Amino acid sequence: MDVMPTFTREEIEHLGDLARIALTDEEIERLKGELNVIAESITKVQEVAGDDVPATANPIPLEAYLRPDEAEEPLTQAEALAGAPATEAGMFVAPRILGEE
Amino acid sequence: MSAAKSELVKLSAAEMAAKIRAKEVSSRELVQAQLDVIDAAEPSIDAFLHVSREEALQQADAFDERLAAGEADGLPELAGVPVAVKDMIVTKGIPTTAASKILEGWVPPYDATVIERLKAAGMPILGKTNLDEFAQGSSTEHSAFKTTKNPWDTRRVPGGSGGGSAAAVGAFEAPLALGTDTGGSIRQPSALTGTVGVKPTYGGVSRYGAIAMASSLDQIGPVSRSVLDAALLQEVIGGHDKRDSTSIPKPVPPLAQAAREGMKMDLKGMKVGLVKELGGKGYQPGVEARFNEGVKLLQDMGAEVVEVSCPHFAYALAAYYIIMPSEVSSNLARYDGMRYGLRVMPPEGTPQTAANMMAATREAGFGDEVKRRIILGIYALSAGYYDAWYGSAQKVRTLIIRDFEEAFKQADVLVSPGSPTTAFKFGDRMDDPLAMYLSDVANIPANMAGTPAMSIPAGLSDDGLPVGFQFFAPQMRDEVMYKPAAALEAALQAQWGGPMHKDLKTPWLGE
Repeated sequence: MDVMPTFTREEIEHLGDLARIALTDEEIERLKGELNVIAESITKVQEVAGDDVPATANPIPLEAYLRPDEAEEPLTQAEALAGAPATEAGMFVAPRILGEE
Repeated sequence: MSAAKSELVKLSAAEMAAKIRAKEVSSRELVQAQLDVIDAAEPSIDAFLHVSREEALQQADAFDERLAAGEADGLPELAGVPVAVKDMIVTKGIPTTAASKILEGWVPPYDATVIERLKAAGMPILGKTNLDEFAQGSSTEHSAFKTTKNPWDTRRVPGGSGGGSAAAVGAFEAPLALGTDTGGSIRQPSALTGTVGVKPTYGGVSRYGAIAMASSLDQIGPVSRSVLDAALLQEVIGGHDKRDSTSIPKPVPPLAQAAREGMKMDLKGMKVGLVKELGGKGYQPGVEARFNEGVKLLQDMGAEVVEVSCPHFAYALAAYYIIMPSEVSSNLARYDGMRYGLRVMPPEGTPQTAANMMAATREAGFGDEVKRRIILGIYALSAGYYDAWYGSAQKVRTLIIRDFEEAFKQADVLVSPGSPTTAFKFGDRMDDPLAMYLSDVANIPANMAGTPAMSIPAGLSDDGLPVGFQFFAPQMRDEVMYKPAAALEAALQAQWGGPMHKDLKTPWLGE
């Protein structure tokens, strides 16, 4: 028997938190309808996924290899910082990490 | 626009290259002609997010100097011919946005490998083309910036996600373009705009510098107006790259040679497999009619046609919409407002923390479709349904690969329509994500299995819109599809008395 999730408002709020997206009420409501329709259509993958079928992650399996250990020119500090929203003294400036003062 | 200029920009890239080598036209003149078409066409087509005018002219001048100095001999055949680039591929010094507000105004500090290869080949870059945000969509309507129109009917979509590249090539704004194909984003727009679009074997073209959407599915490939042009461009951009760990450590197969072989219109000894599951319900009669005529032409040229069954293709779309969003949710986690791109601070009264900044940034910076996929992907990877969904989808992937392997025991190359329908009207599928997702149902199996596939124009449907004809070849055997594709193209053009786009009305060329 296939299992199928139901997306509730609480579930989507939680997923929004995990995704770090401050979803609006209207978005949550719309997502609820859409995700349940999508869930219904994709859950059929379970029908043919028997225990004897191995999983595929990369369709073209290659032997893992290391590139030659040769020094390359990295980005300069100025290049690395050029797109940053805020910088100071050659560093990225981030908002504080903790919630309390 | 002068008749000579309009004639020049309608040539194939290979024909343009021949004129450059014969010194009948310079790369600068060609680039200037394309920029003039872009200026004239953009108000109607809106294919570009950024036109890199100065850079393109400089690159053309640099190539012309090399040619004059006799230093261009070792360059690829397409040297001097300009190309447009989907704005999903990073270009040093040229803004790259993925059609997302979260990257608006970002200027990358490095070039993708494919861009380095274009530059080394002396191929000027005309600009960056529009797409669905982060290549997520099938109509280019999910772009945060503009709506690209189909050159065959500007009330209709050009397909997606690479609608900008396909429309630019279809409207003669560029002879060539690069796209990215995660679930049909090169081939479906090509089908809808009457262009040639190729998804190479996964790993056949380096993904270094392609903005990551779903890493196990993404592949860069060529868009063109002829099969030979696509082959020549894939040879320029393809081949091993140590900066992409999934890059195949082998040389590019002889693609242009295979295309030229095909142009002789002799397919004796070739077995063509009709994929039973990619037709029938959901496929427009006008699409099936052109497709069946194409199959008949392959037969007339000596190919033996057999029907093959790929039973698990019916599960490809479902598995794709589990694996792809999962990878999307992970890849797009990097847009956090810290090191580059948009930063939006949380509203007043909310603690001004990093976490809240990220949530405010991602809420403001991502569009609806991207949010939908991230939320779905996070869910699919979370505890509870991981085995039922993600685990099952990865098994379906194995079953699809086995279907392809079985089918390629019975046929050298497989065929299907390039898209179930012709171009749809703006807004038609925007309120129904599932209907939009179904646009790519014929394309997704190739991404799931890593096999190469391409769409070429098959003629116009009874609604007057282009129909695509899709070929699939075995993994790492891209040349196998180029031969019959070039043969079919030649046979169709013999019937039409020239390329299909000779029938395209182009008011922006002053005609």
